[in-house]
Amino acid sequence: MRLPGQLVFGAVLSAVFLLAALVSLVWTPYGVEDLVISNKMKPPSGAHWLGTDHFGRDILSMLMVGARTSIAVAIVAVGIGMALGVPLGLAAAANRGSLLDEVIMRGNDLVFAFPSLVIAILITAVFGPSALNAILAIGIFNIPVFARVTRGGALSLWTLDYVLAARVAGKGRLRISVEHILTNIANLLIVQGTIQFSLGILAEAGLSYVGLGAQPPVPSWGRMLAESQTLISLAPHVAVFPGLAIVLTVLGLNLMGDGLRDLLDPRLRRAR
Amino acid sequence: MVRFVLSRLLSLALSLAVASLVIFAVIEVIPGDTASFMLGLNAAPETVAALRAELGLEGGNVARYFAWVSGLVVGDFGTSYTYRVPVSELVTARLWVSLPLTLYALVLSTAIAIPVGVIAASRRGGVADFGIMGATQLGIAVPNFWFAMLLVLVFAINLRWFGAGGFAGWEYGVWGGIKALTLPAVALALPQASILARVMRSSLLEVLGQDYMRTARAKGLSQGQAVRAHGLRNALIPVMTILGLQFSFLLAGAIIIENVFFLPGLGRLIFQGITQRDLIVVESVVMLLVFAVITVTFVVDLAYAAIDPRLRRAK
Repeated sequence: MRLPGQLVFGAVLSAVFLLAALVSLVWTPYGVEDLVISNKMKPPSGAHWLGTDHFGRDILSMLMVGARTSIAVAIVAVGIGMALGVPLGLAAAANRGSLLDEVIMRGNDLVFAFPSLVIAILITAVFGPSALNAILAIGIFNIPVFARVTRGGALSLWTLDYVLAARVAGKGRLRISVEHILTNIANLLIVQGTIQFSLGILAEAGLSYVGLGAQPPVPSWGRMLAESQTLISLAPHVAVFPGLAIVLTVLGLNLMGDGLRDLLDPRLRRAR
Repeated sequence: MVRFVLSRLLSLALSLAVASLVIFAVIEVIPGDTASFMLGLNAAPETVAALRAELGLEGGNVARYFAWVSGLVVGDFGTSYTYRVPVSELVTARLWVSLPLTLYALVLSTAIAIPVGVIAASRRGGVADFGIMGATQLGIAVPNFWFAMLLVLVFAINLRWFGAGGFAGWEYGVWGGIKALTLPAVALALPQASILARVMRSSLLEVLGQDYMRTARAKGLSQGQAVRAHGLRNALIPVMTILGLQFSFLLAGAIIIENVFFLPGLGRLIFQGITQRDLIVVESVVMLLVFAVITVTFVVDLAYAAIDPRLRRAK
C-alpha cells in the first residue's frame, strides 16, 4: 500500500521533535541554566545555531528541553482524556438511551463549557501555577472529546451483526465493549489522539505563555515566547524560533493525524 | 418548536446551575477559608475575620452558595478585595473591550472563512484548492499569541500602521478603538478562520454530491446559481456548529491575546485577580465566561433547529 505523502511528511516532522526531546535527556549543546550575560541576544552563528536569549542562554538547547516539557504535558493530558473518556463513551453507547447515557452526555456538555484555559485559571487561582496544572486542565478538557468520539463510533457498531452474534453467544455488555467495540474503534481513537496531542501542545504553550503552566527554571516554548515579547524589536530571533518550533510540531502532528485517518479509513480516501 | 425550546431551556438552566456549583466548590470550598487564603499565611485573625465579614464570607457553604447565586442573578457579583469596588463595575468596564474584540474576531473569521471555503470546494483538486488547504493547515498550527507578536513586529514596529498595544477607550473615538482592536482581532481570527474554511469546504463538497444539486442543475440553473440557492444553506449547518464552538475558543483566546497587546479586558482582570488572590473577581469572571459559552451553545442549538426543521423532532 502506498503511504500518503502528508503522513510521511508529518511523521518525519513529529519524529524530529520527539528525537530532540529524547536527545535533550542526555545531551544539549549548552546547559539550559548557563547564563552568559555578556553573550546575550546574539543572532544565530556557528557557535549558537539559533542564537542566544536575553540571559545569553543557547536557544537551541532551550528548545530541545522545551520540547520535552511540551511533549510530556501533551502525552499525559491525552492519557488522562483517553483513560477516563473512552470507558465513559463505551458505557454510554452500551446503555444507549438509558439514564446513564444521558448523565454521561450531559456531563460531557458541561465540561465542554469550560475551555481548558478556564479550567487552568480555576486550578491556578487555588493551587498556584505549575506544569501539573496545565496537564490537569488539558486532560480534563480531553475527557469529553474522547467520550464523544468513543460513543459515536461505538453506537454504529452496536447495530452490526457480529455484535448481535456476540450477544446471542451470551457475552455481556462489558465484554462486548472491550472485546469487539474497543478493538474496532481503535483507529478512530488513534487519529483523535494525534489531534488532541497537537492541540495539547498548543494549549500548553498558551498556558505557559500567560504564566499558568510550567514555571522557571523549567524551559517551555510558551514561556520562552512570553520572555521574548518585549525583546522582539531588538532581537526578533528570540521570539521567532520558539514559535516556529510550536508551528512545525503541531503541523507535523496534524498532517500525521490527517494522513492516518485517510490511511485507516478507505472510504475517506475516495471522498477527498 | 415550543417543546423543543422549553426542553433546551431546561437543560440550559441545569447546566448553569451545575457549572455554578463546580466553580463555587473549587474557589470557595476547596481552599478552606477563603478570607485567610486571600490574605496569606501571616494575616492576623482579626484581619481575616474583618475581611470575611466585609466580603460576606460568613456562614455555611450552602448559605453562601445561594447568596452568591442570587446575587449573580440580579447582577451583584460581590466586592473586589483589591479594587474595593463592586466586581460588576470592573467586569462591565472590561467587557467593553473583550466582547467587541471577540465579536470583531468572529466576524473577521467568518468573513474570511466562508468565501475561502467555497472557492476551495468549487475548485476542488485545483491549484487554488491546494494552496488554500496548505495555508489553512499552517493557520491551524500557528499559536495565536505568537502570530500576534509577529503582527506587532511587522505592522506596529516596522511599518508603524498600528499601535503596538494599549486601548484608550471608546470615549476617545470609535475609530481609534477599532484600530486598537484590529491587530488583536486578526491574530485571534486567522487560526479560527483556517478551521472554519476547512469545515466549509468539506461541508460544501458533501452537499455538491447530493441528488438535489444535480436536479437543480438539470432544471437549468448554473453551478453558481445552484450553490447559492440550494447548496450554501445546507452546507452552513455544520459551519454554524463550529462557529458556536469557536465562540468559546475566541473568548478564551481573547484572554491570552489581551496579554500580548496590553488590552484592559477580562483577561487582564482575571490574571490580576489570580496574582493578587482576589478570588471573588476570579470566581465571577469565570462564571461569566462559562455562562457565555453555555448560552451561545443554547442559541446555536435553537438556530440549528430554525435552519433545519428535522432537528426539532430529533431531540
